[in-house]
Amino acid sequence: MAQSNAPRSRWNDERVERIMGTLLQTGVIISGLVVLAGGVLYLVRYGPVPVNYENFVPERATVRSIRAIVNNALHGDGRAIIQCGLLLLIATPVARVFFSIIAFALEGDRLYVVLTLIVFTILLFSLLGGAG
Amino acid sequence: MTTLVFVPLVLAGSLVAGLLGALTGLGGGVVIVPLLVVAFHVNIRYAIGASLISVIATSSGAAAAYVREGFSNIRIAMFLEIATTAGALAGAFLAARLAAGIIAIVFGAVLIISSALSMRRRPAAKSDGPPDRWAIRLRLNSTYPTAHGPEHYEVHHIPAGFGMMFGAGMLSGLLGIGSGAFKVLAMDQVMRIPFKVSTTTSNFMIGVTAAASAGIYLRRGFVAPGLAMPVVLGVLLGSVIGTRILIRAKTTWLRILFALVIVALGIEMIYGGMTGKF
Repeated sequence: MAQSNAPRSRWNDERVERIMGTLLQTGVIISGLVVLAGGVLYLVRYGPVPVNYENFVPERATVRSIRAIVNNALHGDGRAIIQCGLLLLIATPVARVFFSIIAFALEGDRLYVVLTLIVFTILLFSLLGGAG
Repeated sequence: MTTLVFVPLVLAGSLVAGLLGALTGLGGGVVIVPLLVVAFHVNIRYAIGASLISVIATSSGAAAAYVREGFSNIRIAMFLEIATTAGALAGAFLAARLAAGIIAIVFGAVLIISSALSMRRRPAAKSDGPPDRWAIRLRLNSTYPTAHGPEHYEVHHIPAGFGMMFGAGMLSGLLGIGSGAFKVLAMDQVMRIPFKVSTTTSNFMIGVTAAASAGIYLRRGFVAPGLAMPVVLGVLLGSVIGTRILIRAKTTWLRILFALVIVALGIEMIYGGMTGKF
């Protein structure tokens, strides 16, 4: 809309979206690399072990909670490092929503600050352990 | 099958799924679950967990390219994400409680509907009727770039579109898919948003919607690292390659072929679900 006359570094939708796009792409690349690194460690360790995903047994607690994942990843556990990368991947769109709140606030758009906060709250509720 | 054999095979399968998903615009997520369940005998809950995460990867990865085109509408996306994320929570809640067979049957039906939607001719959605007061209050009306300068469009039927988005979010959370076909349906057919704006905005919303159920999946132990790793990397690589060759390829026949594959997988899923195979 305001692409014709934006001489000063005014915050507008177009600029915000551009930054968001870069943010998302960077998040995906970083998390992809972390997953890859964890994957290599995992293959080295579990390569010859037979796989069986036919029956659903919830994954071990070591790769389920954020704290356990980060803890085990720091100890070099390949599976936990993969989960770390996946967590980063999940966090990427959450970060986009968070930055949208700031961007709407800078634009002075109170209505959309509130609407975006609702989305952000739902995402946090899911990530940090609301409904199970 | 040992891990050393399983991982490369799943990686290759996911790469093809991501490639076809990008070329046909249907997204790779929709075939990952049936691929894992039917070909690799993976339990449907693990398959859904891995697929959902790959959906976040492709959506976020493609976002930068879409943004540059200037079609997506961040306000429409954010407003409708309230509905899709709430729906995704409900879907993830159901995924943990419904029997695997029922999930498989719903999945099969969704596959068949998605492929039918992808074959639909796309008439230019014409803005009609009086301006919607919700669209004005929420400042959803905007413009998009065309060959002859920016063109204005108006958004209609906000409550109906919002309701449909809740449904699309629920399917995403229940089945581990992006449900882009349903999001686009709600936007361009119900809300009368121009098709190009609908598809790019839908892509933007898919990642956020999937993130809303991914947290729950992770904590419930649906996400098996040894499975999610090759799926995410494969789909991501496939979709990157797919977007690169998309510019040159004629995709009509590919779209038809992919739609037929999806229908076949849908029938397989329904049959498997009914006969208690999963």
